[in-house]
Amino acid sequence: MPAKAKTNHMETAAPQTAEKEKVNTIRTMTGSEAVCEAMIHEGVQTIFGYPGGAIMPIYDALFGYTDALEHILVRHEQGGIHAAQGYARSSGKTGVVFATSGPGATNLVTGLADAMIDSTPLVCITGQVFAHLLGTDAFQETDVINITTPVTKWNYQITDANEIPSVLAKAFYIAKSGRPGPVLIDITKNAQQQFFTDPGYQPCNHIRSYRPKPIVRKDYVEQAARLINEAERPFIIFGQGVILGRAESEFRAFIEKANIPAAWTILGLSALPTDHPLNVGMLGMHGNYGPNLLTNQCDVLIAIGMRFDDRVTGRLDKYAKQAKVIHLDIDPSEIDKNVKATVPVWGDCKETLPMLTALVEQKAYPQWLEKFRECTSRENEIVIHDELHPKSEVLSMGEVINVLNELTKGDAIIVTDVGQHQMVACRYAKFNQSKSNITSGGLGTMGFALPAAIGAKFGAPERTVVAIIGDGGFQMTLQELGTIMQSKVNVKIIILNNSFLGMVRQWQELFNDRRYSSVDIKSPDFVMLARSYGIDGQCVTERKDLRNALHEMLTNDNAHLLEVKVGKENNVFPMVPQGCSVSEIRLQ
Amino acid sequence: MKQEYTITVFTENQVGLLNRIAIMFSRRKINIESLNTSPSEIEGIHRFTIVINETEDVVRKLVRQIEKQVDVLKAYFNTNDEIVWQELALYKVPTDEIAEKAKVERLLREHGARAVVIRKDYTIFETSGHREETDKLITVLEPFGLIEFVRSARVAIIKNSKGFHEKLKEFEFLDPHEARQDNGPIDDPLSVFAM
Repeated sequence: MPAKAKTNHMETAAPQTAEKEKVNTIRTMTGSEAVCEAMIHEGVQTIFGYPGGAIMPIYDALFGYTDALEHILVRHEQGGIHAAQGYARSSGKTGVVFATSGPGATNLVTGLADAMIDSTPLVCITGQVFAHLLGTDAFQETDVINITTPVTKWNYQITDANEIPSVLAKAFYIAKSGRPGPVLIDITKNAQQQFFTDPGYQPCNHIRSYRPKPIVRKDYVEQAARLINEAERPFIIFGQGVILGRAESEFRAFIEKANIPAAWTILGLSALPTDHPLNVGMLGMHGNYGPNLLTNQCDVLIAIGMRFDDRVTGRLDKYAKQAKVIHLDIDPSEIDKNVKATVPVWGDCKETLPMLTALVEQKAYPQWLEKFRECTSRENEIVIHDELHPKSEVLSMGEVINVLNELTKGDAIIVTDVGQHQMVACRYAKFNQSKSNITSGGLGTMGFALPAAIGAKFGAPERTVVAIIGDGGFQMTLQELGTIMQSKVNVKIIILNNSFLGMVRQWQELFNDRRYSSVDIKSPDFVMLARSYGIDGQCVTERKDLRNALHEMLTNDNAHLLEVKVGKENNVFPMVPQGCSVSEIRLQ
Repeated sequence: MKQEYTITVFTENQVGLLNRIAIMFSRRKINIESLNTSPSEIEGIHRFTIVINETEDVVRKLVRQIEKQVDVLKAYFNTNDEIVWQELALYKVPTDEIAEKAKVERLLREHGARAVVIRKDYTIFETSGHREETDKLITVLEPFGLIEFVRSARVAIIKNSKGFHEKLKEFEFLDPHEARQDNGPIDDPLSVFAM
């Protein structure tokens, strides 16, 4: 079907050139070679993967493409897919993963779910048993297509090599276009080995049943502009849509003209520089005081490329009920999903934002902005100051981030895992440029950061990549130290060790009467562990050593692990307790 | 308020798509009352007819999620008064009972049933209609030794639909095109999922 649409297009557009191209490129090759060719045509340079029986023909073909395609051997397929996610998030390109059938493929599932919920473009290639063995419980056979259906934007099984070029073209197109997401292509071993006549690779740019973005409706944009121009207390909340749509400058132009305060979701972080005067901070459960409290005081709420996750909204029936809601999103199914939109502006925000900017009036809301400032100083007084400059002797997570900020000046890519350290890092890390904050937001996958940092470094080799990880999350994927060692990946690893599964412990303290059930976690000697992988390491327990240790880490030409022992029972505040309204945010 | 909704989904003919659609219901713990797949008036385009009992809000969100799937062209949802629908039912009864009792014949005539197979030992009748109608014939035939009964899924046609040919043209444009007004739902709630 897409092949047909494509041919039609070719014939009408330029039948002769298309014909000529065909003649030039027609050749016989194996399905595996076609996979490698497709990668090259799609501009892929780095592949994260792990070989195995059912994908051996592809790895054999890859051996002949080592000049053009760099394969990074990971230590576990989950590490591979998180690395591809990190790569996609730091580079803005599609991440690619290879894995074998059976366990290789099932090990991808967590990463697929993570990429699905965080809209990360991935193309995963899994090997599969011979087509004639499908359904026979053959060695390392699993029904990968059905296992991954709910966690992929699209998936497809190839049993005939002739399908490989067109299906892979489709896969890359689907993964990257519209609201991005993971695509999985399962290729049976016979198709990998099969010789076929390659008609020449044609990139895909249209699938008739798939509309990557809805058509922008001018009247909605006009209605939205009218609401904004009439507003007295407008408030912008933005998410990753701004980054995925590469609309950072359009976004900035919009907020600067309209002069509206803007707060971010953790996936939207870094789309707007931290020190921008209109950046009022973070939304959600551990977000800043002002953005949460004032959500319930604004009169027009402008949501841009975000999906009103429950961690952002708190109790929905008490969320921004007083406000008119303008929702800009590329995915029509997000409109009205959680919060009813007064005006839905669907479309790519790269298109809709400039249209909106043209229609909004230049205004100022001094009193309204003053309210945000008041909230900030209150939060500073009660929470932030103590977190960044603790009076006690034990180190706090916040002060580590604070010193890191001073040393990196906000230029580093910060990759975080999941838990207290993630919230602290997102709250306090400074960013000057977009695509600099990489974290597992929607799925909350512990073990994400270490492999994602590896991928992020490959995606942005010229930048400093710092992974900030808790002692729990680090132990979920620490095998990827092997990848760092073997591929000489220059990533900086900070383990904020509080000897607890801190976030669960915090909840147990606050809501379960300090019944610390299974949160006391013992760790190995992380520095020794790093050394056994040939990675430099250091452990800091005292404040006086912190800055030097961080400096040493950042100036090391190789990977470096820094363990920081932080307060065992520190809590992350502010906090919107689960089931509470955003205006019930607690500062202590 | 929960009520019966008929969801009509136009899709590419793709292996695995049935599962992709079915799990959208099971994920939300929604029971599918009836599901039918069939060709449409256009070669290569499949048509799913799915019946569920849900509130409008849930159905609307669900339909948008279904439509988001790559291989789905379009999904609509309708209440029962917006569609014409039928279900087919088969009834197997002992032939001697039927042959002897004229009353049965009259009853069958009243219920619009017809004989599909007549054998010495049994006869199979077929009727189509709404659930209450096909159900009623069960109760009628039970006293005469109903051996077996089976009913098909619902098939439905949306009353004010103009068919899928025109819609398909919009989908075949290479780039987004003015004619593609897929943003209807919020704009005009009345003709929402009418084609």
